[in-house]
Amino acid sequence: MSVKALRDYKFEPLDKAANFGGARVVYAGWDGHMMFASPYAWPLPPDLPFANFLAGPLAQAFSQHPDWANIDWSAAVWTRNGQPFSPDLDGSVADNGLNHKDSLVFRTPGLDGIGGLGI
Amino acid sequence: MDIAVTKKKLGLKERYALMTRGLGWEPSYQAVDDVFPMDTFEGIKIHDWEAWEDPFRLTMDAYWKYQAEKERKLYAILDAYAQSNGHLSLSDARYINAIKLFINGFAPLEYMSHRGFAHIGRQFRGVGPRVACMMQSLDELRHSQTQVHAISNYSKYYNGMSEFRHHYDHLPFLQVPKSFFEDAATAGPFEFIVAIGFSFEYVLTNLVFVPFISGAAYNGDMGAMTFGFSAQSDEARHMTLGLEVIKFVLEQDPANLPIVQGWLDKWTWRGVRVLTLVAMMQDYMLPKRVMSWAEAWEIYFEENCGALFRDLERYGVKMPACVEQVRKERDHLSHMAWSQFYQGRATNDFHTWLPSAEDMDWLSAKYPDTFDRYYRPRFEYWAKCEAEGKPFEATAIPMQCQTCQIPMFFTEPGEPTKLAQRHTEYEGEQYHFCSDHCQKIFEDEPEKYVMAIIMGHEVFKGKAIPEGVDPTDPDFNPAAAALEFWRLRNGLDNGLFNGSEDQRNFDMWRGLATSNAVENEAEGG
Repeated sequence: MSVKALRDYKFEPLDKAANFGGARVVYAGWDGHMMFASPYAWPLPPDLPFANFLAGPLAQAFSQHPDWANIDWSAAVWTRNGQPFSPDLDGSVADNGLNHKDSLVFRTPGLDGIGGLGI
Repeated sequence: MDIAVTKKKLGLKERYALMTRGLGWEPSYQAVDDVFPMDTFEGIKIHDWEAWEDPFRLTMDAYWKYQAEKERKLYAILDAYAQSNGHLSLSDARYINAIKLFINGFAPLEYMSHRGFAHIGRQFRGVGPRVACMMQSLDELRHSQTQVHAISNYSKYYNGMSEFRHHYDHLPFLQVPKSFFEDAATAGPFEFIVAIGFSFEYVLTNLVFVPFISGAAYNGDMGAMTFGFSAQSDEARHMTLGLEVIKFVLEQDPANLPIVQGWLDKWTWRGVRVLTLVAMMQDYMLPKRVMSWAEAWEIYFEENCGALFRDLERYGVKMPACVEQVRKERDHLSHMAWSQFYQGRATNDFHTWLPSAEDMDWLSAKYPDTFDRYYRPRFEYWAKCEAEGKPFEATAIPMQCQTCQIPMFFTEPGEPTKLAQRHTEYEGEQYHFCSDHCQKIFEDEPEKYVMAIIMGHEVFKGKAIPEGVDPTDPDFNPAAAALEFWRLRNGLDNGLFNGSEDQRNFDMWRGLATSNAVENEAEGG
């Protein structure tokens, strides 16, 4: 469907990739760890190695959780926009085909949150 | 020549006719469609504007007299409350945070409502609805004014209120109510009046009004109570106008029904999403609580609005489909929201705190199916972190829903440990949503929401920095710059309640008022 308007109602999307100074916005959430109320967002340089994304922004956001230190990244299960996704840790954001405003979710089997309650 | 003898006084009916519909005229040298260009493009068909029944037979002069009398009383009480240091008779300083939520999040909506009704009061070609909208517009302007005046008494002593206009325009969480209202105000006049006049003022108004104003009464806030009571008679009129509009539109043409139903579906959902703030206030922010969000929902939505929708069935109107999901979220909403506001406290203009053991027992009793199982363990863990001197706080910017703009903290309906995400593409760009309903609203009018100002993204684009600050400067600190841009004084306006200046000052001033303790120097607020 389309908006009903008096005149043409067509404007540029406010958050297209070109508006972020070369960065791509990427979202990531940690499944089964409800201590973090929502997924978070970062503007990432396309040449940032995925491993550095984990060790940098992601660690800064999620390492307050006692499960963080025990994550085995080779066993982590990822989705991108709800579809299965297998990141190459050595590849960059661009090498991994991450697009502007992709939403990642990772699951860490065996780590079930505070008291095993998914928190 | 005889001079006609005029009657000295007009009869009520005559006076009413002259002072409302008698004020209109037929344009002679312009086409009516050119004079009123906005009341047809939405597809609503009106065959007979004269069929409009005025819900309140009020003329401007009577309105003026009546409202002036109310304002005199209101300001007399506000003055007395201020002069007797009424703020020190509050139940507890935590309550002031509910006032902050009101002045920052809701009083500006009253002002937006004034603007919206003034706009559509020009756009309907029927004189009756134009006059009714003009009066509601004046009501809304008065409401925002009296609220600002009443709450300015608190702003003299406590933090977080003095920048309410700037905060409403820029603070991340306040973009939720702001975008809600701007969505309505940028629609056509019929959608606006269904959105605000009916869905918000009629269907949802008790869920706003009762929690705040009863909350004020329960917590010793004479100021807010007084403006609440002063506004109440106006609210009754607004509800009547909202209902009258729906009936009028539906009676005019059967083709109007699907359009109106679409608006009801959309605006009930958008309204309930905004009410997340009220649910949280009710369950977590009132030191003395009135009723839980779940109880308020049962009484004011399920019972009252259930009856309303049954009444509207004769026009073919159905209960909005989103109500199913609202029911599933009922016992989760306030807990999810408070969890978000607690951890995102650096960007709030009010304080947050963890519920005490007693608070949690109340929450367990009110939410027996959800609180102990899903939320108590979270709060207890965070309490442990606080006790260890390492309070948990989010350090990154949350992902937000493109439609309602709320951080994506809502769980899948029926799956309380899984965050919900919906995703769509439009013209090569990706968009994310908190729910099916927000996704549907976007997909119905994508042109509108691709322009949504998502505050987290604004930060990334370098738009949340004060004028004159250079983001390429080696000393540039983006977090500090954003706080300065938002006019949040770190540690004063935001953060935890425990240890806050508000808490210390309130305790000290109340101590001075109720004991003979030696005076310490008050800290400026």
